[in-house]
This record gives sequence, structure tokens and C-alpha cells, in this order.
Amino acid sequence: MKAITANRLTDGRVIYRTAEGQWSSRLDEAEHLDGDAAEARLAQAEAEFGIAVGPYLIDIEDERPGGQKWRREAIRLTGPTTGSTREPA
Amino acid sequence: MYKYDAYDHALVRERIEEFRDQVARRLDGRLTEDQFKPLRLMNGVYLQLHAYMLRVAIPYGTLNGPQLRTLAHIARRYDRGYGHFTTRTNIQFNWPALVDVPDILDHLAKVEMHAIQTSGNCIRNVTADPFAGAAADEIEDSRPWAEIIRQWSTFHPEFTFLPRKFKIAVNGARDDRAGIRVHDIGLQIVKNEAGETGFEVWVGGGQGRTPRLAQKIRDFLEPRDLLSYLTAILRVYNQHGRRDNLYKARIKILVEALGAEEFGRQTEEEWADIREGELELPAAEIARIRAFFDRPSVSKAQPVPVSGKPGFAGWLRRNRRAHQVEGLSSVVISLKPVGGTPGDITDDQLDIVADLAERYGFDEARATPDQNLVLPHVRNEDLETVWDALVAAGLATANAGLATDIVSCPGLDYCSLANARSIPIAQAISSLVEAEGLAEPVGDVTIKIDGCINACGHHHVAHIGVLGVDKRGEEFYQITLGGAFGNDASIGGIVGKGLAGEDVPGAIVRVLKTYLEIRDENERFIDTLRRVGADAFKESIYVAA
Ligand code: HEM
Ligand code: SF4
Repeated sequence: MKAITANRLTDGRVIYRTAEGQWSSRLDEAEHLDGDAAEARLAQAEAEFGIAVGPYLIDIEDERPGGQKWRREAIRLTGPTTGSTREPA
Repeated sequence: MYKYDAYDHALVRERIEEFRDQVARRLDGRLTEDQFKPLRLMNGVYLQLHAYMLRVAIPYGTLNGPQLRTLAHIARRYDRGYGHFTTRTNIQFNWPALVDVPDILDHLAKVEMHAIQTSGNCIRNVTADPFAGAAADEIEDSRPWAEIIRQWSTFHPEFTFLPRKFKIAVNGARDDRAGIRVHDIGLQIVKNEAGETGFEVWVGGGQGRTPRLAQKIRDFLEPRDLLSYLTAILRVYNQHGRRDNLYKARIKILVEALGAEEFGRQTEEEWADIREGELELPAAEIARIRAFFDRPSVSKAQPVPVSGKPGFAGWLRRNRRAHQVEGLSSVVISLKPVGGTPGDITDDQLDIVADLAERYGFDEARATPDQNLVLPHVRNEDLETVWDALVAAGLATANAGLATDIVSCPGLDYCSLANARSIPIAQAISSLVEAEGLAEPVGDVTIKIDGCINACGHHHVAHIGVLGVDKRGEEFYQITLGGAFGNDASIGGIVGKGLAGEDVPGAIVRVLKTYLEIRDENERFIDTLRRVGADAFKESIYVAA
């Protein structure tokens, strides 16, 4: 399965595309896509303007980032693993 | 410290207003990302894994109190309470919102800072010795020269679109702490037989995918010819540099293809046409710039304290450096707490460093290529007070130059180009070295970690380098041995097959233990390594893996 991810234009935060064509910061709200449908939705997302920067497809396995880039996408989803980031004031 | 004149202020202001307008046009859709990306990069704004990243230039690593306070304010108000000092002596903020960047740039401009030319194929921030104007082994202060180069190169129309980015280092001490052999151009201040100072000129150094050490093309360049000679080098590069291939576009590839001798010949030829022209530096101009970089003086020189609270002596031994003025010392503020993120500093810590610089440091601090800070001028009688304050702020780790003083790029925890994480590897190595009590016994050694071959963390020139690679979705780490930064610069060699992340700290600890077993008296790690060769350490790396 695939999902579409991007960074939010205003602040760069990681977002995922929902079935309604909205964007969410939660992967579990992302639309799961397959094959041609994924490509078609991505083309749609790329053509839109406003919220997302640089949309692309990621692999999803067991509701989590999968495939060869799983770690990169897991870090995008949950944040740096360095244990030293503070939340915004 | 250099002070902006009206022209500098106006230029920076203009650029911010221009960028504010560009951001607005991006947000309302008049600019696409493809159109906007080069504009934001010209203003130091990258898009990383989780957020935008803002890279702020710290000209030749020099900071004053108000600047540090402004960085603290930005970290607190617009980021998540911290910033990250880099090997290029800049600071990066990992979480700014795009909509806030113009305001952040406004704050920076008020203290004469900006993010211009921190990206793109232009002449980037000049690197200088972090102990410039202070070091006991100094021939001449490198900062005025770095400033002259900064002024000449900022917004230089001819050199804004070079084949690739371009980095210049100036070192004025005997010990090369600026890294002249790993920069596109390295300038080493030397004295000739008549006792006059000038520059040795080195070209073609660089790291990344094809690490190369710079070659010397001139033994002595008179100061007044500095800008005409740099111009000649850049013209040769601009004409012949490989614009067709990103991986071959750096000057190091051109210098290698032509040979240093031929590159030097072409430079001299180009130079002959321009050396007597308008680029010649008048003595009055050199004097004017020099006047910004006063050497502090002390009226009654006190000796370095020999006793004090527990821990103070150890910190002095490791983190203090001899000063050229009697009664003063320089101190390293380690940004490498054991298990911490190399180079990270919190908002509150930035404020404290600002206080210390203002109160006890002649209003100066420096960022170093090792991702630490330096207070270059501290009166000996204030050393313990400064240390007390650093202890309270968690900034008094007495490990400058030790195995826990690790350099690390942001890696896969932040960087969109990364193959593997680097910060957690640094954290695990420093924790294990500390747990094994090895740091002090081993003494001077450099460990540097990168998350990809771009080598932002300088692993090629580390005694022990760690390079993250990706093998079908798993992180692996190649170990390199025998690199060095400085006078005895060398490029490390890969020892063997990559290790899993969890095996790296153990392997490095075994390398350090092997050194302790086989070293001769007074041999530093790198000396032993050069004497016996890297193969002697191979077994210790792979024994348990
Ligand atoms: C996180 C965003 C960053 C990006 C996108 C980035 C990108 C790059 C790229 C593409 C190169 C290779 C350029 C080439 O060989 O032509 C490079 C080299 C380099 N970067 Fe970074 N970098 C980043 C962060 C850093 C940081 C945090 C530091 C300091 C710790 C740094 C310092 C350097 C240095 C010293 C080099 C080697 C320059 C040379 O080839 O001589 N960069 N970077
Ligand atoms: S070395 Fe690679 S992973 Fe590390 S910061 Fe540079 S580009 Fe990113």
C-alpha cells in the first residue's frame, strides 16, 4: 500500500493526504492507495496549490512506513530520535 | 569586531524586504515551489525532513553578546528552544516556520547578522581560526583578512553563480585550526625572510564524495594582492569548472585535472592582467579594517590559577588555551556533553554564554569547526567564575579534543539527504567511551560522523571517521582511519565492510584500547596509527562483529 506525504507550506511540518483530499499530520488518517490510483492521486496533489510542498508516495506496511525508506519515513512521522528536542514553548 | 556601515545595513534590509515579499508571494500562490526554492536557499532557508531549516552565517565564527542573545531569542520564540552549531561555524535552526523567517531575519539584522550566501554556488562564509587574535602561536590575526574577503565576496556579481559552492579559509597561526587544506582556497599567513607577512595560497581542497587536499600554488602573496589573486583563481575556475556535472563541479576536480602546477600557471597568467588594477588593497584600507579587531589589554596580568574547586583544574587542563596577551586565557565551551547532541545549544545556554562574553570576555565568543564555542579572551582571575557559571549551565564538560568531543552532522534525524543517522551514533560512542573511562587516558583524538558522503561532519579528516550508508533500508556504518584536519591534514581510508549501528561504539572503543596497548611513550593516537598503519586496528574493529 502507498500513502501520499508532503511538507506543509507554512511551516514545513510533515503531512499526509486523506481520502477527502485534505492534509493531516497523522499517518493513520492518510488515504491508503494502490497502483494507478496512487499515481493519479499524486498527480492531483501535485497540481493543487496551497497547503503541501513536494508531495510524494511512501510505502505503508501494517499501517506504518514500510519499504526501503521506512526509517526515514518513521523519523519524519515521529520526529528525531536524538532525545533532545523540546516541544515549542 | 567589525561594525556594519550604512551600506551593509541598507543591503541587508533590502534583502529582507525582498524576501518578505517573496515569502508572501509563495504563500498566496504567485510563486511555485520551483520558483521559490532558489530564492529561499539564497536566504539560508532549506526544507528538511520535519521542517524548514534556517542557516545563519556567523562571519568567521565571531559572535558578540547581543548576537548570542538574539540567537537565544530566535531559539526560544521561533524554534523549539535550541540551535545547532555546525562545522562551518554557522548556526542552524531546525524548526522555524516559513511565515516567521522574515521576522527572524529582522531580528538578526538588528545585530548585524543574516543568512545570505549560506547556500548556493557562491562564496560562502569564510572560515578562520577560532582563536584568531588570541592564540599564543599566532603569526597574525586572520580576522581582518576574513572580513576583507567577506566584504569583497558578498553579493559579488561575477561570483554569484560559480560552477559550485566555494569556501575559503584563512589561518594566521602556526597550527592550522581553520582547515586550509580542506577548503576550495586556503590562505596561510606566513612571514618571509624580510619579516613581512603574506599568504601561502592553497587551492583545490574539499570533502564530500571525492575528498581532496588542497595543493599549494604560491609560497608568498603580498597582502595588497590578496583580492586580485583570489579573483584570478576564481576566474580560472569560473571558466573551466565543470558546470555539466554536479559531482565534478568543485574546484578540487579542476585542480586535479589540470594539476596544481598548471592551475597555478593559469592563475598567474590571469593575475598578471589585473594585479595592478582597482583590486589592489591600499594600506589605508587594510589599516581601517584591522582597527576593528583590537587586541584586548590587561592592566595587571594575573597568573593562571593553580588550585580551585574539584573539577576546575581538569577543565583548565583540557579546555584552556594559551593566550598571546599575558594575563589572559582562551577557553573552549564544550557543546559535547556526554550522550548529548554535538553542537546543540539551548536558548538559556546561549543567554548565559552572552552574559559571560559580555562580563568576562571582552564581548567576544567564537564558534569552532569542532562544533564548540570559545571565549577567546578571559582574564586569568575570572577563569573560575566563568567555569562556575558554565558548570551551572551544563556547559563545562572538560573534554575539548577528547574522544567524547565528537563532531556529527545532523544525519537522518533531520537531513533530507541523509542515508543514516549520525547523532545517535555520536551519543552512543561518547556514552560508552565515558563508561569505560577512556577519554582522559586516550587523550587527543578526533572522531567525526556523517550521515552521507557529503561529509558535512568532516569524517574524511577525522582520526576515526564514521560514515553512514544505506543498505536496502538498513543503516550501516563504514569506519575510516587516519584522516586529519590541520597542518598534517590527510584523508582517512575505509577499513573494511560496514557495521550495524549498534556495533559501532564497541568497535571504536576497541580501537582506542588497542591504541593504549600499542602506543609508544608520548605518542598521540594519530602518531601511533601512522606508525603502525590502519591494518593493525582492523582486527579490533571486526573482532566481535
Ligand atoms: C541539513 C542540511 C544540509 C544540507 C542539505 C547539506 C548539503 C550538503 C551538500 C549537498 C554537500 C556536498 C557539496 C559538494 O560536495 O559539492 C555538503 C557539504 C558540506 N556541508 Fe552540508 N548540508 C547540510 C548541513 C550541514 C551541516 C549541519 C554542516 C556542519 C555540521 C554542513 C557542513 C558542510 C561541509 C563542511 C561540507 C563539505 C564541504 C566540502 O565539500 O568541502 N552541512 N553539504
Ligand atoms: S553529511 Fe549528508 S546527512 Fe549529514 S548533514 Fe550533510 S548532507 Fe545531511
